Amino acid sequence: MTLAMTKSQRTLGLYGLIAIAAVIAPFLFSAYISQLTVLWVMVLFAITWDAMGGQMGYNSLGNIFFFGAGMYISAVVQIGLHYDVAEYTAAYGAIKVDFTPTQYYTGLVLGTIVAAVGSVLFAFLLSWVVFGLRGPYFAIGTLGIALAAGELVGAWEYVGAGSGISLPVFPGEPEAGERFFYFAFFVAAVLTFFFFRWLYQTRFGLAINAIRDDEEKAEAMGIHTMRYKTITWALSAFFLGICGSLFGNYNIFIEPLEVAFATVVFGIPMVVMSLLGGKGTLWGPVIGAILYHVIKEATWKYFLGWQWVALGLLIIISVVFFQQGIMGWAQEKWPELFGIEVEEAPAEGEEEAA
Amino acid sequence: MLNNIQLLIDFPVFNLQLLLDGLMIGAIFALAAYGLALVWGVMNVKNLAQGEFVIMGGYIAYYLSIDAVVRIGIPGTDITFFEVMKPGVNPLWALPVVIPIMFGFGWLMYFLIIRYVIDRDLFTSLLATFGAAIVIQQVLNLIFGPDVQTAESGLGTRILFGSVTIQEIRVLSLIIAGILAALVVLFMKNSRMGQAIRATAQDPRAARVMGIDTDRVYAFTFSLNAAICGAAGVLISMIWVIQPFYGIAHSIRSFVIVVAAGLGNLPGVIVTAFGLGALEQYGGFALGAEFQQAVVVGLLIVVLVVRQIMQARHRQVVR
Repeated sequence: MTLAMTKSQRTLGLYGLIAIAAVIAPFLFSAYISQLTVLWVMVLFAITWDAMGGQMGYNSLGNIFFFGAGMYISAVVQIGLHYDVAEYTAAYGAIKVDFTPTQYYTGLVLGTIVAAVGSVLFAFLLSWVVFGLRGPYFAIGTLGIALAAGELVGAWEYVGAGSGISLPVFPGEPEAGERFFYFAFFVAAVLTFFFFRWLYQTRFGLAINAIRDDEEKAEAMGIHTMRYKTITWALSAFFLGICGSLFGNYNIFIEPLEVAFATVVFGIPMVVMSLLGGKGTLWGPVIGAILYHVIKEATWKYFLGWQWVALGLLIIISVVFFQQGIMGWAQEKWPELFGIEVEEAPAEGEEEAA
Repeated sequence: MLNNIQLLIDFPVFNLQLLLDGLMIGAIFALAAYGLALVWGVMNVKNLAQGEFVIMGGYIAYYLSIDAVVRIGIPGTDITFFEVMKPGVNPLWALPVVIPIMFGFGWLMYFLIIRYVIDRDLFTSLLATFGAAIVIQQVLNLIFGPDVQTAESGLGTRILFGSVTIQEIRVLSLIIAGILAALVVLFMKNSRMGQAIRATAQDPRAARVMGIDTDRVYAFTFSLNAAICGAAGVLISMIWVIQPFYGIAHSIRSFVIVVAAGLGNLPGVIVTAFGLGALEQYGGFALGAEFQQAVVVGLLIVVLVVRQIMQARHRQVVR
């Protein structure tokens, strides 16, 4: 009992420390605020990917689709509230948006809600297509969806095709805007974390873990696997849609291939972050995201020009040689810290004798 | 869009043009797809760097074809050790150069990466090869820059039926692709190594028991794939365009073809590749050039869905 008390106190203390650090960081390191903002985006990416890939065993390479979809849905809603979207995009930014703060915030909130709902709808629609595919076909199929979405949006005149859309600028000081989005992403990431933390403690979490371990057996035990898979995919989409909507506004300018459906910039790193930290664990994706982001920013600063080569090598190394991730490695090393009881493995034949 | 389709109906000769272009490009797709089928079937590795091998072969050919100043130094920086003038040659001569280079590159990549992912789950191989693809793209981008390039073969064009233009290089590359494919098939059928590869594909354990060094067979298979892709890349660089980031489209084409045709079905691969080439030309013409990539990726999803519907009839665990 006392041990459990100290453990929960320790966890609470850890959360408190992280919260304090996160709140004072943008004021303390105001020169790095954009990097810190993207850090929370990365944390959110890793957690939502891990719900699919780590906890349910469905390795999606196309979750970035919902990020881009949310971004575009929100942009169309925000612009559409006050302008004709087709006319606006056809002007290539010649129409200057000058929103009052009220217009801006209502647009942002409404756009984000519609983006989240829209992403969930897309998830339900796409689940018909993707969930019949297993293993590598699922990965290739979802990658195909993300790439196809980028190409199609890039050819769609209504949303500005390849030249993208510029979104309304934050009303107020640029510094205030940066801080606003920092805390928006921080809150989004924290909400995502606690939501999935709660989810993994319920029967739902057990069910998706059962699907990961053996889908046929899970189905035979009466778990409606298709329903669980669809809901998990939709939950991922919900948070990614919100994140996409916020990121579009944070970035001010959105474009299909490099910002919205950015497979190489965001889509694949989602997977790598989860693997790096340890997939299928609660903290793994968070640690992986922080580590990945730090490495990414460091390569940007010190190996400019070679940064993508370095990141490609990082993908290969983490996937091929270090797939259990940091959490997996730590669990192997100090199992008692994680409350895992290691049974002495019975010697060969001993079990049969007994 | 409708105008273009009307155009096809009014002038049937355009159909012939698109069809011929599609077939000639499809023959090259078939080469890369056959390489993928080989690696997939023998080693059960899904290589997402397939298109990057193609583009890499293309860039080597392009590099040989231009008059260039060879600068030995560190790419991305101004550090130079020494410089020498290199005269350009016809890119057709690049073929015997590219094949051994790409074979060696495949061997290197096998021993650095692929060796460790063969026994692992399939997602690992997908992601690891995708990482390799990013590295290759970016290194090519650093060396050659992001511009679209073509290797000039210096051959002319002919006009058939008054309005169908045929570039001689396309016909030549069709013939070369045919010869290469025939050589690979003969090699797989008759040579000792070809037999070992087929034996390993059927049952690696039994092959090992019979004294086949399966590790060497895997290395050879992967290198052979890289060499085939490199050769395809040389042809692509002459009849089409290359760019450091065009590899992913070629990878997806290979996947579309292999998934649609099935593994170990060589005639199927060839027919599907021709079909894909023609379909892509038609799609690009009817919908507009900006949709050509979307057509390719859209076909991937269509093929996967169709495959899924076909398999739903007798549900089984898919490897």
